[in-house]
Amino acid sequence: MRREKIDVLVIGGGAAGMAAAVQAANEGVKTVLLEREKKTGGVLNQCIHNGFGLHVFRKELTGPEFMEELWKELSETNVVVKNNETVLNILPETKEVIAQSPEGMKIYKVGSLVLASGARERPFNSLLIPGTRISGIFTAGVAQKMVNIYNRMPGKRVLIVGSGDIGLIMARRLKIEGMDVVGVVEIRAEPGGLMRNVVQCLEDFSIPLLLSHTVIEIHGRERLEGVTIAQVDENFKPIGGTEKFIPIDTLVTSVGLIPQNELIEDFVDMDPINKGPVVDNLMRTSVDWIFSAGNNVAIHDLVDFVYEEGKIAGKYAAKVAKGERLPKAKYHFKRGRNVGVMLPQRFTATEPFKIYIRPKRTLESADLKIGGKTYRRYAWKLRPSQMIDFIFRDFESLTSKDFEVEIEVVENG
Amino acid sequence: MDKKIICIACPIGCEINVHIEKDGKMKIQGNRCKRGESYAKDEILNPKRVLTMSIRVENGEMDLVSVKTDGSIPKKLIPKAIEYLKGVKIRAPIKVGDVIVENLLDTGVKVVATRTVLEDAILQLSNK
Repeated sequence: MRREKIDVLVIGGGAAGMAAAVQAANEGVKTVLLEREKKTGGVLNQCIHNGFGLHVFRKELTGPEFMEELWKELSETNVVVKNNETVLNILPETKEVIAQSPEGMKIYKVGSLVLASGARERPFNSLLIPGTRISGIFTAGVAQKMVNIYNRMPGKRVLIVGSGDIGLIMARRLKIEGMDVVGVVEIRAEPGGLMRNVVQCLEDFSIPLLLSHTVIEIHGRERLEGVTIAQVDENFKPIGGTEKFIPIDTLVTSVGLIPQNELIEDFVDMDPINKGPVVDNLMRTSVDWIFSAGNNVAIHDLVDFVYEEGKIAGKYAAKVAKGERLPKAKYHFKRGRNVGVMLPQRFTATEPFKIYIRPKRTLESADLKIGGKTYRRYAWKLRPSQMIDFIFRDFESLTSKDFEVEIEVVENG
Repeated sequence: MDKKIICIACPIGCEINVHIEKDGKMKIQGNRCKRGESYAKDEILNPKRVLTMSIRVENGEMDLVSVKTDGSIPKKLIPKAIEYLKGVKIRAPIKVGDVIVENLLDTGVKVVATRTVLEDAILQLSNK
């Protein structure tokens, strides 16, 4: 087996991993980036719509353009990019990483590690919809890859299940490519994706959105022939008498993303809400030489945030590889009212950092409170589909070590 | 008359209210930035969109190259623009930013490539 000693190993060549590798290399350490596909870019490769880069590059880019900006940054560094290479195992006791590459198995002895393994789509089978498992059912990301990368159409007449952003984007995309898009069904009473996508993907193309509806049965023998949909009550139970048969040959699901952490979840502290590793503001996990950034830490809605996290993870991973001692994350955030996904969970209080929060439910207007003190008033609607970010720098008055983060509804606001 | 508009200029999606007076003057409220104001005005007078899609590549490492309109075009032209771009075929290599259509349907807006597509290595060899 080939052995190689390196300073920083970055696992995953998406936005977070590329940003981390660039930053680590800029700190002057030997950095290797591993990507399991034949090219870096991750999901940006197939997200050909625009809306990326407003925070980081101050202009509106498409996914591939954002990716090319990162390729440019990478090309100006000494990062060694290894495509077609998959990590199989991380050995925490020896700081070794085992990877499968076209040249055979490899063992990397690392100074530090950045895990940027992203997320996978929640599969259709997790919805527990009765019926046979026939062809014609795709997750939105798979349909997106077929259409945008491989030039293949998934079918002729499609229904989308779930109104997450990728589902909305794919409704439009499949319509543009000539499919008959009969609609989007969403089990909740409000759309899962951003309102801008409801407007520009559905309303612009006259695609109906059926809220409080879901698919209750799959029909067909080999290829999908149709589905039964029904309205649901507030407990998501189908309401008798509302069933309707929809003839379709394709079903596309957009029902959420799952952070991918199989490589580390057995030995780092995990956050059950984020479904990712507990991190501090340096993007360090509970194992002090393993850093993490992007969608495997928590599902983000903007690639810009993922990029910024990658830069932080790369910077501090490089410092650890150089033997620098980093400050301890002595302070802890605890989730309070209305706080869902949240990161970081710990902080060092040595430099200002961003805290990201996804509200648990839609709030008309609300105050962000940390440790009982109000830091920011949001005078507009907060939705679970949109993460809020807030720069925390108030370290003067830190009298305790535990801080409750809460979003409190403003009365008469 | 009042019209409610959800801004699509950024992911925040401000709910903008446009009050239109009898003389056509507009009072715009609810937007949190200037881009929202111009979006709302356009949305009343002449709705515009950026179109992103992909077009065929003849000899590329990929069969498709992703493209976008390098500026927004009138919304009502979108179906026509889609049909037009489906008929366009280009040859690799293509670089990000390459102009693929100089003037889309006389809008004065360019269509540009949003990614690099290299020549297919095997095709390249067999042509030599």
